[in-house]
Amino acid sequence: MSVKVQTTDFDVGAEVAVMRLSSANIGALVSFVGQVRDFNDGDNVTSMFLEHYPGMTEKALSEIIAQAKAGWSIADATIIHRVGELKPQDQIVLVLVASVHRQDAFAACEFMMDQLKTNAPFWKKEQTQNGLRWVEAKASDEAARQRW
Amino acid sequence: MTNLIKVLYFARLKESLNYSTEDMDLPAGVKTIAQLKDHLAKRGEAWATLFNGQQSIRAAINHALVGNDAIIKSGDEVAFFPPVTGG
Repeated sequence: MSVKVQTTDFDVGAEVAVMRLSSANIGALVSFVGQVRDFNDGDNVTSMFLEHYPGMTEKALSEIIAQAKAGWSIADATIIHRVGELKPQDQIVLVLVASVHRQDAFAACEFMMDQLKTNAPFWKKEQTQNGLRWVEAKASDEAARQRW
Repeated sequence: MTNLIKVLYFARLKESLNYSTEDMDLPAGVKTIAQLKDHLAKRGEAWATLFNGQQSIRAAINHALVGNDAIIKSGDEVAFFPPVTGG
């Protein structure tokens, strides 16, 4: 189980390889990668800055992994989230889950992203053609979390 | 007896208040997050706009999300921030 908050990019293939080879009883590995879009709410996004709450961020992400472990049979999980300046098509977040059978890994991965969207202290500020603006939280993200 | 706490502000709050962190002696009568918000709202217009209850502000005590009824103790690290938008 590991949590990383970093400014640098990550290599999904390398992360998958490490987790995949960590145990021979892993039969399924599910990964989610979030990437920066070049549009939001009808505007072009040219860059964004991700602020976070050092200390709480790591704790919140570790708690999300602990909740996933309590809810599903998972062998391993990793969350990597980037902070700082990002451009369209940059990777922002990786959630990687391994389990014996695929159902647990699929469900736990989706659960972890829904929790992360609403409970991990990150804030996006976008640069658009109309200036800088803080991204507003979406009601649909809260609804997604509440279905679990 | 003093009740020293640390208060942190993030994202939009940090910008509008031009304030990121402060050490505060918890005033008498301020025991919960709701009471601390009421206290902060009295500091001026920018503070009132954020803490008068019209805006959605989330709070954490010692790195854990809490509700308005949460009790603040001496030595706590309290943080206020907008709803999160990571991922």
